[in-house]
This record gives sequence, structure tokens and C-alpha cells, in this order.
Amino acid sequence: MSETITFTIDGVEVKGKAGQTIMQAADGAGIYIPRLCYLEGCEPFASCRVCTVIVNGRPQAACTQPIAPGIVVENNTPEVTQIRKDIIEMMFVEGNHFCPVCDKSGNCELQAIAYRLGILVPKFPYLFPVRELDASHPYIFIDQNRCILCGRCVQASRDIDGKHVFDFVGRGPEKKIRVNAAARLADTDLDITDKACDVCPVGAILKKGVGYAVPIGQRLYDKQPIGSDIEANANK
Amino acid sequence: MAKNLKQIIENICARYQNDRTRMMDIVRAVQEQFGGVSPEAIDLIAQSTDAHRVEVESVVSFYAFLSQKPKGKVIIRLCNDVVDQMKGVQAVARAFSEELGIGFGETTPDSWYTLEWAPCIGMCDQAPAALINDVMVTNLTTDKAKEIVRALKLNPNPPILSTRYGLGDGNNANALVQSMVQNNVKKTGEVLLCDVPADAGLRKAIQKTPEEVIAEVEASKLRGRGGAGFPTGLKWKFTRGSKGPEKFILCNADEGEPGTFKDRVLLTERAHLVFEGMTIGGYAIGATTGILYLRGEYAYLRPFLEDILQKRRAANLLGNNILGKDGFHFDIRIQMGAGAYICGEETSLISSCEGLRGDPKNRPPFPPQQGYLRKPTSVNNVETFAAVARILDKGAAWFAAIGSGKSTGTKLLSISGDCKNPGVYEYPFGVQVRTLLQDVGAENTQALLIGGPSGQFIGAESFDKTICYDDLATGGAIVIFNKDRNMIKIAQEYMEFFVEESCGYCTPCRVGNVLIDKCLQKILAGQGEPSDIEYLQNLGNTVKKGSRCGLGQTSPNPALTTIKNFRAVYDAVLKPAQDGMQPTFDLKAAVSDAEALAGRHSVIH
Ligand SMILES: Cc1cc2nc3c(=O)[nH]c(=O)nc-3n(C[C@H](O)[C@H](O)[C@H](O)COP(=O)(O)O)c2cc1C
Ligand code: SF4
Ligand code: FES
Repeated sequence: MSETITFTIDGVEVKGKAGQTIMQAADGAGIYIPRLCYLEGCEPFASCRVCTVIVNGRPQAACTQPIAPGIVVENNTPEVTQIRKDIIEMMFVEGNHFCPVCDKSGNCELQAIAYRLGILVPKFPYLFPVRELDASHPYIFIDQNRCILCGRCVQASRDIDGKHVFDFVGRGPEKKIRVNAAARLADTDLDITDKACDVCPVGAILKKGVGYAVPIGQRLYDKQPIGSDIEANANK
Repeated sequence: MAKNLKQIIENICARYQNDRTRMMDIVRAVQEQFGGVSPEAIDLIAQSTDAHRVEVESVVSFYAFLSQKPKGKVIIRLCNDVVDQMKGVQAVARAFSEELGIGFGETTPDSWYTLEWAPCIGMCDQAPAALINDVMVTNLTTDKAKEIVRALKLNPNPPILSTRYGLGDGNNANALVQSMVQNNVKKTGEVLLCDVPADAGLRKAIQKTPEEVIAEVEASKLRGRGGAGFPTGLKWKFTRGSKGPEKFILCNADEGEPGTFKDRVLLTERAHLVFEGMTIGGYAIGATTGILYLRGEYAYLRPFLEDILQKRRAANLLGNNILGKDGFHFDIRIQMGAGAYICGEETSLISSCEGLRGDPKNRPPFPPQQGYLRKPTSVNNVETFAAVARILDKGAAWFAAIGSGKSTGTKLLSISGDCKNPGVYEYPFGVQVRTLLQDVGAENTQALLIGGPSGQFIGAESFDKTICYDDLATGGAIVIFNKDRNMIKIAQEYMEFFVEESCGYCTPCRVGNVLIDKCLQKILAGQGEPSDIEYLQNLGNTVKKGSRCGLGQTSPNPALTTIKNFRAVYDAVLKPAQDGMQPTFDLKAAVSDAEALAGRHSVIH
């Protein structure tokens, strides 16, 4: 019964179903809209803002904005790309990201989007924050230096695992991830099988003992740019 | 002691039915009792409310008035707003610091006193000002600061201060307020700051159907007074039209925009009118509950407001079958905030009322569809409700005839800064900036900040413009700067405010404001380059367009509007480096760590 809605993204006609977000409809049409915080199966968190598009002249997050008949969406334009590049660069300077020694390198969504958008070096000054590392848990460690505050672990633990291992504390630039214990991750009920351990887009939550199982150069985004899977829908 | 803690916290939680949506009240009560919400207290609150401890910690860590580390029994929060800076707050700060023997952010070793900075506390017309526990102290000088500390050391009971310096005008002297705060009403008007008959609007409203009430508000063309200017009648129509057995009216008394204080005056002098407007709103949308969200800084007004609510219940202006109207039930509770500007944003305000961090919510759904507790909700400003009550009494036509064009009625302006008569002014919409400057006794004016830092800085070329929705729109904050002020410094101080007050949820606002602030600081340090203008403009564009809520969508304005309207001030300090080197690169600073390790100085040419 779902009604078909027609609109355009960068001049290309796209058909979606009523109730879909711009991102969902674009995915179906094989148009990639970059994203970081979005986690399939959960309500859109809408914190990263990498999916920003311009809808009828107004900026909106593609992951939360519903489609409507005839809307004109700008996705791959110089202005939108500039906004996205700036946001990605902000994530790089806000934390301490040492890609060459990070086990996530090659599988990291932040790094992959930076490559896809053509970022070489941030124009913003690095903020060099002092952040914590918690390796207390037998199987998992959290390195807040690499955290981009997307909220995926918070959502996955709460909405998929039915626990509440993670949440945010503080506000503004002081905002950070905290665990549901007086001090350490080891004192929470986090299990290695939890979805929350698998969703971090960067290398902030990593599993112990499996480092470098796949050599650098042969990892996911070493082979194809991020978003290629979505773009493969285009010819379906 | 530990057992005692458990008992007390269980009692506090029980007072709020162990309901986690009342978390704000619970943690505020614990903070008040113990000077902090300790990790043990967090565990106990989590147990009683069936929450995870990290959820409680998340709330406690969000609000400036809450802390895990215990604070002193007397907390002095000195306002560091731009206007206070202009009025010499730094000297006052040194006086407090010397007299107490501690720096800012510190507590005396005897655990009695804590000294802190606070962003705008709503007293710009009587700055410098401070909040001492719940007591406002205004018009501070260095001598007064020292005297205050000495008086408190003899009797550490802040309320003694209010009488010591003479009570303020109007209801500030009321037995339940007892504050030295002044209303400073400098211009009365024909809508709000005039004699208003008690509950005449409400009596007329209940003679009409709710739809007729909404039609009346729509016909008046009243637009929201909180800043965004959304048509009030339309918002109510949407809320009424949303499905759901339970709806809510929320009054936004968070008044956090630096330079705004008119809602404080309305709550002091026209509280009945505001509650009357809320009650009319409840009738119009079909709500049985109203919540007044009162900023933590205005806690000194709470007993007075609670008493008025009590009186209104006794007079059947609240409660069941109000004024004999069968089936019209409505009551109001006060929700205290705890120091967070973002909670003035309507969806953050809802989060806070729900006992959560003051994070804004994703839209859609909008509050009229799904707001407080996911039920249809209308959030309106204090002044909006007061205006509604008047409209229902005097009629939409009367209201629409006041003002100019599409901007009907009057607007309360909070005016402060470089002028002789700071205070609250009620003007019909359409007043010219030039007139306003004359009325407030401003001379040698360089700039005005219209609508607070989220609004815009304008200069002399705009003095013929008018205050209204189509020209210079404002929620009511106007700050005046004379020709001696450094506009870049002012912009930077306001950016610091946004950095402090960003909720941190989304990347552009959380990081971008820090970067804008840093760049302005660099320029102020004499290291600016001409390319910084474009850098700031691009960065500002990303923050405005990428941010998730109104805070980030406007926070670059201090930088962007000073660049736009005071470009010469920037051009004067942004010079290309003579040697072609990047002026931002400070070789001395760059090698300082290495020097410290090596234990000797480098020779730098
Ligand atoms: C960061 C931020 C702070 C705000 N602070 C206030 C405030 O203190 N008081 C207020 O009435 N509206 C404030 N607003 C506007 C509210 O979101 C909302 O639009 C308003 O309360 C609606 O009431 P109105 O329609 O009567 O103006 C703020 C908005 C933002 C983005
Ligand atoms: S714009 Fe700022 S205040 Fe609003 S959600 Fe984003 S971080 Fe929070
Ligand atoms: S994916 Fe939409 S805001 Fe992050």
C-alpha cells in the first residue's frame, strides 16, 4: 500500500516510499550519501552531520529528514561537499587519530570518508585533547582518543543488546563516552558478543587479541571506496 | 553516615514517586542537601529510580549547577557576561578571590565557600552581578564584594545580603521574594507593562470554544516572543489537531540568551498574567497539565511563583472545572533548570523536563506532534503567554492595530550595555533603532547587538532600521557598545559563551565553535592574517548549515556579523606577514617543551 514519492537528488529523479528518509530513498536508488553515526536497525541518532544535504534550499540531515513529493535535494555539490569535508576534518582535529598505527586503519569509516572526499590534511589546528584509555576488560578496550562521539555504541547497547553499558557525560567540548560502572569497563556487563562491540566506526572500541588479522592493504576500504556497496544498487 | 545517605536519597526519590522522568528534581534536591551528587549518591538514585547509574551520571554531568564533587555550602557564581566585563567584573572577581583566598573554580579548605564563573544570569541592567546560592547580588563593586564576603563570614546565610543592600522595586520587595534585584521598567506600554485586569482574558476565553480561542489568537497575528517568531495560533492549532488523549503546555522561562532579562520582570510583576495565558493555552489545545520551566538562576522567584499558583488554585483559576467551566481541568507545576542555556531550546527544554540531559531532539517529530513524554506539546515563551491573555481580553483587532504591518503588538526589550538607562522597555513593533538609542541615553554608539549573540551586531548604517519581524527581529535582547569597545574582543567573548553552552551532541557545533573562538583569539593576539576572514566565513557557514539545532545554527553570528558590519576593525589588525612566514607559527612556543626537557634555551634568530 505504501505510496510512491518522487523527488530529485542533484537533478536525478528518485522514487521512494512514504515514510522513508532521504538517506533510505537514496540508498535504494544507489546514490551514496556519506554518513558516520547512522546505525541500521536503530533510530537515527543524527549527531555526526556528515549526511547533511540541502533540501529546497535548507540544510537537513538526510538520515532524519523524511522525503516529500517534489523536494529538490542537493547532495554532491561543491557547497555540500565542503560542509562534509569540514565536519570530517573537525573530527580529526578534535581527537587524536594516529591512522598509521591504528588497527582499524583500512576498515575505518572516518578514514574511508576522508579518502573519498579527498581530504589530505586538515586546515584546522589540532586540539590535542588528553583522553582516557580503558583496557580493563578482558576482551575489549576503549581508546577515547579515537572516539568521534557518534553514539553508535550507546544506541547498540541500549536498543539492540538491551543493556546500557555506554552513555555520554559532560557537555560541549567536554562531552565523552562513559561506561555504566563507577570506574571501569571491566565492571560492566559488556560481553564480547554484544552488538555494541561491533559498531564503532573508528578504532575507539576494539577487540583484544585479533589485531592485524587482515594485513593492511587488504582491508575493506583498501579495496573499494566507502559507499561502493550502495552505489551498486544503482543499476538494479 | 552511609546509611543516612541511603535513607535520605530514598526519601528524596520517593518524594518524586521514584519516577525517573523527575530526575531533575531528584538530583537538584540531592545536590542541595549534600553539596554534590557523589558517585555513591548516583548509585543510590539509580537503584531507587530503576535507572542505570550512567544515565544518572549523564544528567548530573550536563548541568552547570550539579556536580559530583561536593561544593561549598555557599556558592558564589559571578556573572562573566560581556556586559559584566564592560562594567568591571574582573576587578570584582579579584576582590572576591582575595577576600576568600581562593581562585575561580575552587572551594575553600574549610568547605564553606566555592567561587565560580557563570554565564549571563539575567542581570545585565544591574551588572556586575552574582548569584550566591539562590540570592542575587547586583551592582557589585570591589568594596561591595569584600563587604559581602565579610558579612557572610559572620553569618553564612546569603539571604541576609538582600536586606543589607535594600530591597528592589515592585514585587522584588515582596515577602516571598526579598531580593535586591530591580525591575528597571523604563518604558511602560499598552499591552503588558500597564494595569491589567485580573483574569479578564481567561474569563472571556472560557465563554468561547477552544477553536474560537485559537482563531482569536490567529487573528491577532501574535508571533512567538522567544526568538523564532512562530505564529502562536498556528502552533496551538497543530497541537490541538494532533491525536492523543494527553497534551501539554510548556512555558519557556529559561531566559538564557545573554542580555535578556524581560521575562524575569514579567515573572516578577505579571506572574498572574503569564499563568492566565498558560491556562488559556491549556484550554485551547486541550491540555490538563502545564509546566513552567524556570531557569535555575531564577530560583529566588520560585516561592513567590508557587504561592501565586496556590492562590490561583484556591480561587479555582486552576484545578478542576476552572471558573465553573464543566470539564475544564488544568494545573501548572514548576520545573527548575540547573544552569544550561541550551535548555531554552524547546526540544532540550522538553528533554530536561523529562529528567534527561538537556540534549535537543531530532525533528520531525516536532513538539506539537510529539513533545513532552512523546505527547503533543506546545512550548511558548513567557511573554507570548502574557500577550495571549491580553488578546483574549481586549480582542484580536485591538492587538493587531498596535505595532507595524505583520508585526503586531508590543515587544519587551531588555536593553543594557553602554547607555544611561538600562532596563526593560515596552515598545510597539516598528520602533526605530535611533529612537531607542535616544530613549536609553546611548551616546557615541559604535554597535548594537540585536537579539543577543545568536542575533546580529549592527552599526551606524542600520540605525534607521526598525525592530520587527521583517527588519530587525529579536527575542528582546539589545546590548549597546560605544566607540571605545573592541568589537573583535566582544565577538570572541560571546563565542566563548557558545563553546561553554553547546550541548556537544553534534560535531559542527561542538568542534566548530571552539575553532572559531580560537581563530578570534589568535587575531586578538596580533597573529591574524587576511586569509582568516575567509577561513572564519567558511567555518561559520559549515557550523550554521551543519548543526542540529538553533544553537549551532546561529552561534557563529558574533564572528560573522562583526566581519560583515565592522570589517574595518578586522582589516586594521589583519596584516600580511612581512617575512612571508605564517604568523600563527610561534617558533618559541613550538620548541618550549623540548627546551624544558633539555633544560636549556634555544638560540632563535
Ligand atoms: C539555543 C536556544 C536557546 C533558546 N532559549 C530560549 C529561551 O530562553 N526562552 C524562549 O522563550 N525561547 C528560547 N528559544 C526558542 C525556543 O526554542 C522556542 O522557539 C520558543 O520557546 C517558542 O516560544 P514562542 O513561540 O512563544 O517564541 C531558544 C532557542 C535556542 C535555539
Ligand atoms: S547545534 Fe550545538 S547545541 Fe544544538 S545539538 Fe548540536 S551540539 Fe547540541
Ligand atoms: S548519519 Fe546523519 S547525522 Fe550522522
